[in-house]
Amino acid sequence: MMKAFETFRGVVMPLDRANVDTDAIIPKQFLKSIQRTGFGPNLFDEWRYLDHGEPGQDCSNRPLNPDFVLNDPRYAKAEILLTRHNFGCGSSREHAPWALDGYGFRVLIAPSFADIFRQNTIKNGLLPIVLDEQTVDALFALAGGETALEIEVDLEAQQLRPSSGEPIAFEIDAFHRHCLLNGLDDIGLTLERADEIAAYEQRRQQQAPWLFAS
Amino acid sequence: MAAQSASPRTLFDKIWDDHIVRTDEHGTALLYIDRQLVHEVTSPQAFEGLRLAGRKPRRPEANLAVPDHNVPTSDRHLGIVDPISRLQVETLEANCREFGIQLFAMGDPRQGIVHVIGPEQGLTQPGMTVVCGDSHTSTHGAFGALAFGVGTSEVEHVLATQCLLQRKPKSMLVSVEGALGRGITAKDIVLAIIGEIGTAGGTGHVIEYAGEAISALSMEGRMTVCNMSIEAGARAGLIGIDEKTVDYLRGRPQSPTGDGFEQAADYWRSLNSDPGAEYDRVVRIDAASIRPQVTWGTSPEMVVPIDSEVPDPDAVADPVKAGSYRHALTYMGLEPLTPIAEIGIDKVFIGSCTNGRIEDLRAAAEVAKGRHIAASIKLAMVVPGSGLVKEQAEAEGLDQVFIDAGFEWRDPGCSMCLAMNADRLEPGERCASTSNRNFEGRQGQGGRTHLVSPAMAAAAAVAGRFVDVREF
Repeated sequence: MMKAFETFRGVVMPLDRANVDTDAIIPKQFLKSIQRTGFGPNLFDEWRYLDHGEPGQDCSNRPLNPDFVLNDPRYAKAEILLTRHNFGCGSSREHAPWALDGYGFRVLIAPSFADIFRQNTIKNGLLPIVLDEQTVDALFALAGGETALEIEVDLEAQQLRPSSGEPIAFEIDAFHRHCLLNGLDDIGLTLERADEIAAYEQRRQQQAPWLFAS
Repeated sequence: MAAQSASPRTLFDKIWDDHIVRTDEHGTALLYIDRQLVHEVTSPQAFEGLRLAGRKPRRPEANLAVPDHNVPTSDRHLGIVDPISRLQVETLEANCREFGIQLFAMGDPRQGIVHVIGPEQGLTQPGMTVVCGDSHTSTHGAFGALAFGVGTSEVEHVLATQCLLQRKPKSMLVSVEGALGRGITAKDIVLAIIGEIGTAGGTGHVIEYAGEAISALSMEGRMTVCNMSIEAGARAGLIGIDEKTVDYLRGRPQSPTGDGFEQAADYWRSLNSDPGAEYDRVVRIDAASIRPQVTWGTSPEMVVPIDSEVPDPDAVADPVKAGSYRHALTYMGLEPLTPIAEIGIDKVFIGSCTNGRIEDLRAAAEVAKGRHIAASIKLAMVVPGSGLVKEQAEAEGLDQVFIDAGFEWRDPGCSMCLAMNADRLEPGERCASTSNRNFEGRQGQGGRTHLVSPAMAAAAAVAGRFVDVREF
């Protein structure tokens, strides 16, 4: 069951890179897990630590990369990730949103997201927000200051309210908004349509019987 | 004058329309999914979800499972040594038993990379919707199927309901016009397309590939092109149906049989885009202008022809892009303006769902035949895409060609495309790879990947550096 998305105020971590791929978000060795949880400590593993990470390792004593933004004390409690275009490109691994969620991110802001990744984030109750390049540039400027930028995220009103600057409106697919706000289990929703699915199958089997041969 | 006022439709429109169960008030379609392919990495949590909710697969027979990402490509008799990998593969086996899903296990001669075995078995057919928890599901679009990668939640959704909730993507036509030059392959076409439109160029779109150069490709070549649609940002790539498609499917284990095949084939032939059908975006590429491609950076769009140089970030106007170029050059250990043909390599990987089919191995073997890998090459490996590709290659003597040339001949799997098994690059090692992603760390932490065609990879193995296969 997905958790419902409620208005909150969070710290923004700026990750100033375009085309961040899902291999970078969660490297392949952690995909061997058969669980849905536990990926947070390995989020951005190769950028975040100076050593090589392996699954099952205690990450609390690993050497941190001081140059990686996630390790900057200003963003220690970040819940909003601000990044550049095509975030989440590459592999379809849902482990990427699981890792972001496990770390504590709840909202992602970028000029664009890769399609499969965006779909996967919504399935996990994370909110991907697309803003134009200019607005993203402006947020990067604010987020890089000495004090971390905070934003209040209001999905109901489709509005971002930064701690400095004007409120920013954002667009989101109506169905996605509905699912996020209500924490809906969409498998349950689809199963309510079982009769319509059965009717489709019957119709389709007449047209294309080979699709149902087994 | 037409009796019907229906406007011309694209192939994508036709498949989409044929699979709508219902459309909700938000415009989201409940889309019926004909086939799902399952592998060990993205399925355990989906099966666990079914168990926790007390649900069963709606049509177990519409799924086929195979372990491919974690499997070893050598010493298979020892089993999987890494206990975490072994558990993942065993979990797939247990889930398939519990839920009644057909599995090609590691010892099965039909085992292989999920996107190689689907078409090989005739499971992928024109007009179908096909999904898999893997972004390279776009491969199956070569058959005029709407095939796309999904996450684990959607794997579970398809298992439970045989449907997915989807917004209809936009459509893009990429027309590769005219004839390819000598020595230019499907891999060069798709890398050139990605270089042209960028790695997010197809985001939100389904790409249909057309034009003389695409029609002239074999089914294997078409799979290579569709495979890398995701590297252009598109969830799916499609190619219209012709007699090559129909001939490829005739006699496959899961193809329709007898009269049923002809009935299916008649339907398949109706699935091409109508003349005058409109696309949201059209890109035209002159096939004759495509040269052998080599990536130099850490995104597939960072690609140039073999006879050119590594670009100079200082000459890039966009500051975000220039920054990405600098990052990439540092990671790749390359200086701006280095000629591609002067880049030496340490390892060579021939295989993957992009280039692990029989035609790819033939192309590489033709270059390797009677030659030997350079003394500077630490490892050159050939990993067939499936057990059946391996058998075929051995029947043609390709294994011996590779072994004589100093290559290692391995068992089928994803292998060093993503290095989830023991096959990987060490930090700083540079690889000529026929796979699909040159991301940081993709082939092993600190590894440096250059994407090329199978013939270019074989030539690089022999020369110890990138060379133009047309002059080889």
